[in-house]
Amino acid sequence: MMIRIGKENLQSEFVKLVERISGEKLANCYQCGNCTGGCPVSYAMDYGPQEIIRLLQLGQEETVKNANSMWICVGCLQCYQRCPKSVSAANILEALRLLTLRKGEDHDNIKDLPFQFLKEAPQQAIICGFRKLVA
Amino acid sequence: MKISYYPGCTLNTYAKGFDTSARESSVLLGFELKELDKWNCCGATFPLTPDNIMGLLGPTSVLNNARQEGDTLTTLCSVCYNVLKRTNKVINDNTETRNIINDHIDSDYSGDLNVIHYLEVLKDKIGFDKVAAAVKRPLKGIKAGAYYGCALLRPADVGIDNAESPAIFEDFLKALGCTPVDFPNKIECCGAHLAMNNEGIVTKLSGNIISSAKDRGAEIIVSACPLCQYNLEGSQQKMAEDGSLNREIPVLYFTQLLGLALGQDENTLGLENMLCDIRPLLKEKGV
Ligand code: SF4
Ligand code: SF4
Repeated sequence: MMIRIGKENLQSEFVKLVERISGEKLANCYQCGNCTGGCPVSYAMDYGPQEIIRLLQLGQEETVKNANSMWICVGCLQCYQRCPKSVSAANILEALRLLTLRKGEDHDNIKDLPFQFLKEAPQQAIICGFRKLVA
Repeated sequence: MKISYYPGCTLNTYAKGFDTSARESSVLLGFELKELDKWNCCGATFPLTPDNIMGLLGPTSVLNNARQEGDTLTTLCSVCYNVLKRTNKVINDNTETRNIINDHIDSDYSGDLNVIHYLEVLKDKIGFDKVAAAVKRPLKGIKAGAYYGCALLRPADVGIDNAESPAIFEDFLKALGCTPVDFPNKIECCGAHLAMNNEGIVTKLSGNIISSAKDRGAEIIVSACPLCQYNLEGSQQKMAEDGSLNREIPVLYFTQLLGLALGQDENTLGLENMLCDIRPLLKEKGV
């Protein structure tokens, strides 16, 4: 992968916004990989939490935005629990989700949800799912 | 003794047995769970980003209402517990956020409520030894896997026990006469809300939990969360369909086991609503 690193992407508005919304400082992460090691769904992510943070440190906005990682994160906080630097990758991934949802864009179309699920699932699954995936 | 109790949405509907068994068990243990006069949904997930103050308004209303009724609030669902406990902590720790929230919901809540999970009520307010002494029908010989999941333990500063190596759930099971089974995936996520749009991940994560518990000999799984319960049951059906699971095991709420052990009428525990029935196992073990 060819990446271009310069002041314009290292300190882009996007990166600043992610830091502001998440309350996390990207520079605190020293890339040990504990978060990805503990993450139960990193196997299904385009980039694990540690890689997402690295890409953000390098200002790679488009790659991060196009990755499925933020939508796959279940918010289990194993990353935060295992991080020796107290960085919460979960907060960063939630900030990335919010950057889409707050524009009024859904990740999941409510119309496509299986009727069976809406009928049988516990209410908390629907409420939580909507808050994480629907604007 | 009376303790204020927040049931949350799911315990009024999908997980009724979780609610009724806890209320009844409390009576058998000599205290009352007093449902809050006024409550609303907690939001079903704690808003992770600190700028999301809107997400804290609902849970703060619950806390504020509870504070009018007493100084302690308990809840059963581990997610409700997590959301309420974390919100309470934010209000305690952050004056600026607290003031914004109070302005929005027209309250003056200071964060001085004690939010505890029902397992902590049993451990610290009643005592597991007293629970054990009240057991009428010891669940002898039943090998139970205590499944903690995420919300009871993480983040560590609101967890009800050590986040990496908890024991409170196992101690509770011992008090009922069960044999707790330790298994590697007991603190791993079940897939949570991905039940909505990603069955594959949920089946894999919950499936790993089931297999890991069964490999260690568990005959049942015990849960404190309706969504975990749903995912752990559902994934077994999927695994049975594709042939990767030979026998399904019951997934129960911990209060249903408590009710059973305290001699509560089996027909009031909601056991018939579970996909895999524990009653044949009880028979087999002579319980
Ligand atoms: S565990 Fe923490 S320091 Fe290590 S890679 Fe992940 S975020 Fe960075
Ligand atoms: S919170 Fe998200 S990124 Fe962190 S370990 Fe859990 S699933 Fe992975």
